[in-house]
Formats: sequence, C-alpha cells, structure tokens
Amino acid sequence: MGRYLLRRLLQLIPVFIGTTFLIYWLVWSVPGDPFAGKCGDRGCPDNFREVMTAKYHLNESIWVQYASYMKNLFQGDFGITFSGRSINDIIVTSYPNTLKLAVVALTIEAVIGLSAGVLSGLRRNGFLDNLVLVSTLFLIALPVFVVGFVLQWLFGVKWGIVTPTVSNEMRFTELILPGFVLGSASMAYIARVARTSIAENRRADYVRTAIAKGLPMRRVVGVHLLRNSLIPVVTLLGTDLGALMGGAIITEGIFGINGIGRQVLRAIVTKESATVVSIVVVLVVVYLLMNLLVDLLYAALDPRIRYE
Amino acid sequence: MSDILVSEQSAPGADGSGRPSGRLLEVDDLRVEFRTRDGVAKVINGVTYHVDAGETLAVLGESGSGKSVTAQAIMGILDTPPGFVTGGQVRFHGKDMLTMSAEERRRIRGEGIAMIFQDALSALNPVFTVGFQIAEQFRIRRGIGRAEAKKRAIEMLDQVKIPNAKDRFSNYPHQFSGGMRQRAMIAMSLALDPEVLIADEPTTALDVTVQAQIMDLLAELQRERQMGMILITHDLGVVADVADRIAVMYAGRIVEQADVYDLYAKPAHPYTLGLLDSIPRMDEKGQQLRTIKGLPPNLMNIPPGCPFNPRCPMAQPVCREKLPPLLQIGSGRSSACHFAEELVNRD
Amino acid sequence: MSDPSAASIVSTPRPEQPTEIGAPTNAGLPENARKEKPRGLLGDAWRDLRRKPLFWISATFILLFVVMAAFPSLFTSGDSVNGTLSRSRVEPSSDAWFGYDVQGRDVFARTIYGARASILVALLSTVGTLVIGGAMGIIAGYRGGWVDGLLSRIADIFFGLPFVLGAIVILTTFNGSGTDNNEWQIMGLVIVSLVVLSWPVVMRLMRSSVLATKEADYIVAARALGAGTGRIILKHLLPNCLAPLLVYGTIMVGSFIGAEATLSFLGIGLKTPVVSWGIMISEAQNYIRVSPFLLFFPAAFLVTAVLSFVMLGEAVREALDPKLR
Repeated sequence: MGRYLLRRLLQLIPVFIGTTFLIYWLVWSVPGDPFAGKCGDRGCPDNFREVMTAKYHLNESIWVQYASYMKNLFQGDFGITFSGRSINDIIVTSYPNTLKLAVVALTIEAVIGLSAGVLSGLRRNGFLDNLVLVSTLFLIALPVFVVGFVLQWLFGVKWGIVTPTVSNEMRFTELILPGFVLGSASMAYIARVARTSIAENRRADYVRTAIAKGLPMRRVVGVHLLRNSLIPVVTLLGTDLGALMGGAIITEGIFGINGIGRQVLRAIVTKESATVVSIVVVLVVVYLLMNLLVDLLYAALDPRIRYE
Repeated sequence: MSDILVSEQSAPGADGSGRPSGRLLEVDDLRVEFRTRDGVAKVINGVTYHVDAGETLAVLGESGSGKSVTAQAIMGILDTPPGFVTGGQVRFHGKDMLTMSAEERRRIRGEGIAMIFQDALSALNPVFTVGFQIAEQFRIRRGIGRAEAKKRAIEMLDQVKIPNAKDRFSNYPHQFSGGMRQRAMIAMSLALDPEVLIADEPTTALDVTVQAQIMDLLAELQRERQMGMILITHDLGVVADVADRIAVMYAGRIVEQADVYDLYAKPAHPYTLGLLDSIPRMDEKGQQLRTIKGLPPNLMNIPPGCPFNPRCPMAQPVCREKLPPLLQIGSGRSSACHFAEELVNRD
Repeated sequence: MSDPSAASIVSTPRPEQPTEIGAPTNAGLPENARKEKPRGLLGDAWRDLRRKPLFWISATFILLFVVMAAFPSLFTSGDSVNGTLSRSRVEPSSDAWFGYDVQGRDVFARTIYGARASILVALLSTVGTLVIGGAMGIIAGYRGGWVDGLLSRIADIFFGLPFVLGAIVILTTFNGSGTDNNEWQIMGLVIVSLVVLSWPVVMRLMRSSVLATKEADYIVAARALGAGTGRIILKHLLPNCLAPLLVYGTIMVGSFIGAEATLSFLGIGLKTPVVSWGIMISEAQNYIRVSPFLLFFPAAFLVTAVLSFVMLGEAVREALDPKLR
C-alpha cells in the first residue's frame, strides 16, 4: 500500500510541475506586455503592475518567476485581482457553494448512474437496458450547457416545478436540478461502465462460487459482484472530476449559483484574465489532488493493486 | 451395492419425485442443451448416476463430455442462457431439486451439496480475504457473529493443513500459492459440513507434486466426514486411488459405470479401453503413446447410432444405426456398448 | 459533452448484439465478387455497416450538415448577419420558420449558416488532433527509449489539464481583450486549443497500437528484408492502427462540435460576427423565459449533429470490432 501510494505520488509530481509551469508560462511569458488584456477594458492599474512585478519577479527569468509563484502557491497565497482583492478571499466565499453543488451532483451521479448501470448490466438487452443505452448516449454526447438550458427551460419555465435559478440560500431542493445537470454526463459514463463491468463479471467464476456457497442473491450481487464491478467505475472517476470542474463553471453560470465557477465566468466576461488564471490554477491543483484520492480509493477497492 | 441403472429409454421421473430410494444424491436421466446463435448443442443426453454417503464416485471423460455441466446442473449454477435443463431429475434425499423453489434450493447449496472448482484463483473472489470468504459462510448461513465466525474459519484453515492459519486468514487469494488456494477453496466448501462434495477437476490447475497432496487431503476429509463425493476428472491416474466407483462419460452420456477394480481390470466399453490404453506406462518406455483416434463429436450434430462409432476400432454396421442403451452387465456394472459382453468376456 | 478526451468511453462493448454469424457471408453478392479472395477487416465492416439503419440515418444527417456547411445558400436565401430591429424576437411563422432573434435576424438563416463554423472547427480540430497525436504516438511507440519517455511525460502534462479549464487558460490569454484577432485568427485559436488539449488521447491510442504491432512477425520480416523505417510505418503500421483512429476520429468530430459550442458559450471561443450554433445558444440564454425558440433551433441542430457523429462512430466501431461479430 505504502509503496503503491509513493509511486503514484512520484508520478504526480512531474505532472503537477509541468501543468502549473505550462499555465504560468502561457499567462505571463508570452511575448509582449505581460499585462496586456489581463485587467479588463481599461488596462491594468499601475500599482497592480508594481505589486505583481515585485511579487512574482516578473522582470527576471521565467525560472525565477515560476519558483516565486510556486512558493506563493505552497504558502496558500493564490494571488490578487487587479482591484486588490485577494483570490483566497474569493475562493473562501465561493468554494462552499461549489462544494455543495458538487456533493449533490456526485450523489445523483452515484445513485442514479450506479443503479441504472447495475440493473441494465444484470438484464442485458431488456427494455431498461435499451433505455439506459439510449439516454446515456444523449447525456454523454450533449454539451453540459445544452442539457442545462433545456432542463432549466422544461422544469423551471415551462412546467414551473422548480425555480429556474438558485437563490443565495442554496436550498437543497433548488440544487437538485443543477446537480443533475452537472452530474449528467458523468452519471451516463458511470452507468455505461458499471453496466459493462457488471455484465462481464456476472459470469465470473467467483460469482458462480458465491452462488454455489448458497449465499442469498442479494449478497451475491450486492457484495461479491458489485465490489469487483466498482473498480473500473472508480478509475473512471479520475477523468470524471476534470469534467466536473469544467461543468461547474457552466452549470453555475446557467443557474446563477454563486460558486467558484461563476467567479471564473464573471472574470472572463469582465476580461480579467489574471483572476481567471489564478482561480483555474487552484482548480487544477484540486483536480490533481483529487486524482490522488481516487488512486487511494482504487487501492482500497482492489487488493491486487495494493500489494503489487 | 446393487445398481439400479435406468436405461436411456425409461421416462424421466416416471416413478414420481418422492421415491424413497434411500439414495443421498441421484441424477436421473438428466438432459441439458446449450442454445446458441449457431444452433442447439445437446450437451447432456440422459445422464444417470448416484452417490451415497461415504462413497466416492469418479466421473471420467474428455473435456466437452459433459461431466462438468452435469455438476453445474446439480448445483444449479448452469449459465442460463445458453444452458437449459430440458429433462430429468436431480434428487437430493429423494426430493427433486429441479422443481424446488429457488430458496429451498439455495439452502441445499453449501450445506447439503458443496462444490470445489478447478481454478481456485478465479473461483475465489479476488477482492476479499480468504478468511472473509470462509467466515462469510458462518456469518451469512449460520448467523454467527464476526469474532466466532473468524475463529471457526481459522479452524477450517487448520483442518485443510494450511500453516499459520491465523496469519493466513487475512491474506488475499493472490497471495496464496496454487496448492494453498485450493486448500482454502476446500475449507470454504466444507465449512457448512456438506453431505455431498462435488470436486470439479480439483487438481488440474496444480503442479504434479501438489496434485497428490490435494487428492490425499480430499480423500482424508471425505473419509473423516463420511461425505458422498463426486470427483470429476479426466485423469485416470487420480481416480484409481480415491474412487469407489467410476462413471465414464462420452458426448453427454454415461457409456460405462463400474466399480473401480472391475473397470480397470476389464473395461466394458471400447472408449474406456482406449482411455486406459492411453495412460503412459513405465514398462512401455520408448514406445509410441496410444491415443484414441479422431475427435469427440460435434454436440450440435451427434452422429446417429452410437456416438463413439466414428472413432471406435470395433465399430460394426449396427453401431452406426442403433444407439446402445446403458444396460446392466453383471453385478454392479453397466455399459452402453452393443458388444459389452464380448469385451468383458474376451481372453 | 464538454470533455472530448473521454469520448472513447462512449463506446462500451455490446457482445450480445445479435449479428448474423451463421449466415453465408457473401450470399447477396454478384458472382464475380464471390470469387475474390476473402476480404479484409474493412470489407467485413462495410458489409456489416450497410445493414444498420443507425449508420444510414447518421450518415445522411452528416452529409446534410456537410452540404449545409459548404453551400448554405442552397437551404436559405435569408440574411444571417444583418437584421431589422423592428422584428426583434418575432416568433416562428411561415415567413421565418424559426423566427427572428433579438437583433431581428432570421434564426433559420443563422442556424443554417452556423453549421459552417461549427463543422469547420470540429473537422479541422479532429484532423489536427489525429495528425499530431498520431505522429507523436508513432514516434513514441516506434523509437521507444527516452524519446518515448519524454513524449509520454509531455502527454501526461497535457492530459492532466481538464479540458474546459485548459481551454479557458489558453483562450483568455490569446483571445482576451486587448487582442484584436479577426475571425479567422479566433477560429485558428479555438482549433489550436482543442488540438493542444486533445492530442494526448490519440497519442496513447496510437502508441499502444504501434507497440502491439511493432514486434509482430510480419513487421520483423519486412525489416529483415530491408524495408526502411518510413516504409514500414506507411505500409505496415499505419494500416493496422487505422481502424481505431477512424472510430475515434468520427466520435471526436461530434464531441468537438459540442466543445466549440461550449467555448462560445463561455465567451472565450468564436465571437460575432461569426455565426455558430454555440454563439446563437449563448446569445439566446438571456431570453430563455420569453423566447425559448431562440434557444431551441440552434440547440436542436447542435444536438443532431453531435449525435450523428457519435452514433456513426459507434456503428463503425461495432462493425470493426471482430470480437462483437
């Protein structure tokens, strides 16, 4: 277990450095004025230029810049906007809302996606199976914002079942629809992977053994079959988290949720790319760390990995 | 032990399911088909055998002869589809299992009839510890608490002679060697003290040196517990030491059934003869191995007459026309060959 | 879907799909075709494909969209760019089938003209991704050693960037304010960012197929006979890796159409005066309560286009996968 984690950690480090360096280089080292177009239509105020230049050593080599940037990042300082507001501040106020949305989305994903996948995997080619196949194809193929708008219009405007936008109190009932939209694509992936994996494992020898042991069907499926079939689903979660991050930006925009994605969107609209990038880097870091967490979960589910 | 062997022609279960024959487990004219896109394969075509407490029946045959499928049909773990039981009975204590409710049948599994599989690595669940999978039997089937179940599971591991059973309890199947895994598999199937144990090629996947150990262990446990054992194998060498009776299968039928001594001494079917001849012998070193020519029949298109006739060195015109029923020849043995008497009485 | 890198999961195997295997394989063919040598995988796949209605439906739609993109004037005589404000948000009628948008522009004409940008971006990005990813994969797989190591690590880095986040960084940097890109430059930027963020998937695909075929006996034999590296790659490796690339490429076109729309929606992709479905949906979002039709027509076209490509890819994959036969 320890060795496995250590190896994964070591593999993560170059990716982490490479990714952050790439973003940093793109943002601050493209030829020309590094502040061009970073602070909205009126350009960056002089004091912002001075603060940033001093903080990130912008007049020195890219390596020095990157090192000071990473140092700040590791000290938990994510930067400032040109109006002087700390990015940390923005994150602290908006992250809880995004987290709430993400939890709702993940729950919906897991509950609906898994049960649809398991049920259709157990009864291949039945009505439910075909329904799952077709609906997941739609959910996977469609961009999140189209799903979002269509469902918002249907449920929020046409039928009036829910309020089309989410209020500042972030009530749970308001979050169901945005959560569903955010989780929709991942839900479909989970359903498809779970379906394939259940269908493959259903004929596995160990399932036959479990039946031959005289275990009740509930336990054969719910314990022996499910535990094995969850392994590929968990590996899917890693890439899925990336989609969730991007999806959050879109979903929060559509439903007016005051989360971190909305901040990104607003910064894009007001053309503050300094703010955009600072927040996105945080999201990328979170994404990479979550991937490590997924690895942990993977190892917990599959002992063969642990003892490699 | 006087055999009441039902011949091919007798209707399945004609005498009712509750017949108190006193047999522990009886398979009666069992028929299984595999329905695939390419056609219907008749895999089991009227198999009849039985096993009593304390005796070992060896079921012998090439791969594809239907010996494992029969076992799966008994256990109720046939893959359906494509496999379907299309006729016959499987009676446990005189009661037909095929017409029982699913729940009733489930209770027999593990407690009444347990099974050991060929490849323990794939038959054990890779994501649970060996101990968990044994203790599960006590916990789920007997409702015993976690700690007590663990204690009993360790006892079981001890009984199958796994060293350091206490430490091995929390190992995963992939951490065991092949022989140890098969021992764990045996421990798991014997946990609920079954009356019948079906061992489906229990040593095929193992090294030769380990094979003998596992067979000895199985034989010992069978004697101690006075279980009925059905030993499925294609290895004639294994059979001689362990089995009381042997049933030879070919193309989904029993072609010969006899006490182990009789069968080795005087096979009553040309197929059995061929099998015995194909055992390599030390005293014939240097000579070419004798084999049975040809291939087993395509089960979607079994030849008319005796299914063995295309490969049989003794085949006569009658063999291509008439299917020989399994008939009793002498005491306690039967054969499905038109020329069984001649075979037994020669030289 | 907003993450094209995950597109391959769209295709889950369906082994129980009834495909006729027992039937005489070339029964319906003319006499001379029957005498030909047994056809290869592609021939089999084609025969399989022809029987699938899904294939024909999606292929027809794709053809329609491609013609629409090339010759939009065949479908509409309306003006996609200029509008009359007095007609702002007029509902669909026999006069203008899809109604008029906020600036009084003909939605039908705009939807038709929108196909061009959407499909052009998606096709060019796909070609770029396949070429770059494919080339990297071949080099990494064929050369091995440190070259493979380096390229694979670089791919890891790009793979580590979630699609939307990466696109936001690239496009806000090069396409933000203060940059006065013309429409072709913006289109180029969108294509480049799609390619940059998607090539690792193709590279991995290609690398593994090269590794799998590299040691095959016929390749070793070709090398022993003195065939050069270039020839081996062109004549032997490429044809073998083509099938999975074809499938992946088709599905990728679909997901890139969606990705382009997502970027336009975020305000970092194509911008007016370019007409694309994404821009139209983005513009319609503020009027979703009062004029939902503004959203629906471009969304319907977008959905149909994306699904057509994805389903075509699925159909081709099923036909090409010998395991499913």
